[in-house]
Amino acid sequence: MYNEKVMDHFQNPRNVGKMDDADGVGEISNTTCGDILKIFIKVEDDTIKDIKFLTFGCGAAIASSSILTEMAKGKTLSEALALTNMDVAAELGGLPPAKLHCSNLAADALQNAIADYRNKIEHV
Amino acid sequence: MQKIYMDHGATTPLDGEVLAAMLPYLQGKYGNPSSLHFHGREARAGLETAREKTARALGAYPEEIIFTSGGTEANNMVIQGVARYFSAGERRHIITSAIEHHAVLDTVAYLGRTGFDVTFLPVDRYGLVDPEELAAKITAKTILVTVMTANNEIGTIQPIDEIGRICRQKGVYFHTDAVQAVGNIPFNLKEQPIDMLSLSAHKFYGPKGVGALYIRQKTGIKQLIFGGAQENKLRPGTENLPGIVGLGRAIEMATTGMEAKTGALRELRDRLIAGLLQIEDVRLNGHPQKRLPGNVNVSVLYVEGESLLLHLDLKGIAVSSGSACTAGSLEPSYVLLATGLDRQTAQGSLRLTLGRDNTPAEVDYTLQAVQEIVTKLREMSPLFK
Repeated sequence: MYNEKVMDHFQNPRNVGKMDDADGVGEISNTTCGDILKIFIKVEDDTIKDIKFLTFGCGAAIASSSILTEMAKGKTLSEALALTNMDVAAELGGLPPAKLHCSNLAADALQNAIADYRNKIEHV
Repeated sequence: MQKIYMDHGATTPLDGEVLAAMLPYLQGKYGNPSSLHFHGREARAGLETAREKTARALGAYPEEIIFTSGGTEANNMVIQGVARYFSAGERRHIITSAIEHHAVLDTVAYLGRTGFDVTFLPVDRYGLVDPEELAAKITAKTILVTVMTANNEIGTIQPIDEIGRICRQKGVYFHTDAVQAVGNIPFNLKEQPIDMLSLSAHKFYGPKGVGALYIRQKTGIKQLIFGGAQENKLRPGTENLPGIVGLGRAIEMATTGMEAKTGALRELRDRLIAGLLQIEDVRLNGHPQKRLPGNVNVSVLYVEGESLLLHLDLKGIAVSSGSACTAGSLEPSYVLLATGLDRQTAQGSLRLTLGRDNTPAEVDYTLQAVQEIVTKLREMSPLFK
């Protein structure tokens, strides 16, 4: 069902965990199937210096969260904002059709994290 | 890698003796049971022997057994067949439960869209139907009550004798989908108030693609398909003889010494349940006692079922889950939701269905694997504190 790359990220997820001193936190949940994704970012010079995730969801949800953190790390915020869920699926080498929309929300969670970060600095 | 199969609710391996019984009918004994010559008579003998074995295993008469392509066809045949029998009259009401297999649920729902009144009985938190509630729902227009003997997901065993007695008192037919029950629960249909019963061979170490329907004599039912006189005209078409012979042998074996076999299975099941409940925030789904001897269904809080299943698969352990992802839909198991579980808890469900070849060592290995995987998944769960 899942390709090797998806299974690799599912089995050995990168950048898992909570970040207590995050500059931005983004959460997204899929109300239909119940997946919940949380992305934490650390920002320096408008660049994502560090990124972590927590995910409650299926194999595709975990793998897409994991690979997104790799894709986003080191990117400027504007570059990171341009990442889409479809880019994440492509980087994984594809996901089963049924999973493309329901369990592939990591890029949306990242966008929420960036928005949270920008919101915070505007109000400082 | 060690391979552990704990998905006997999905299907069981074919028994070697059953295969041996089938092989002659795949090779030399190729006759059509409807032919009058030697080959036909030889095939007919195989067919009728299988029917006698099936009848004996259920405490029924051979002429009450109709072979089908499996449980789904049997359920469709009986529900639509009874509906057709009554279709010209005023009585157009069918009652079923909310946690039936889709083969029943979807068939009843279809009839609901084509002019029948249908009632889906709720279940309690264990998955049990309330017989008093059922009795209250039966009206003068009710023709059929169909309630499964045991649930495929949570293993809950319904009070089918009580339900059957109520139906009989009220003059309503009672059908039970016993696909998960045959081989696990004894039947004696001459004594039980059951008018129709469906079963499937591959759930008790028989072949796939063959099932049977018990229809009590003089039950009003009409055929669904046309084209021949086979199976008492109810199921035309040349019989799947190798499959039917396999079913006959498999049901004979499954119902011989059943008490000892299910006792051992129950012991193994309770060992697995006890071990799983040792893990923090794990709850048992279904009834603690009124459950199939091999069925275990738990919800592991804060983690999702497909992830659990995939990790177990990587460790060589085959199980299933009621999560939306594994159900191939966006909704988690309707059975678990009907027992009152919230969606998140239903998402974290795991079904392990044990069979005769599972060992205590396999149960212990599985328990250790589940513990490790749950710890790992909870570490990455935003829900786990």
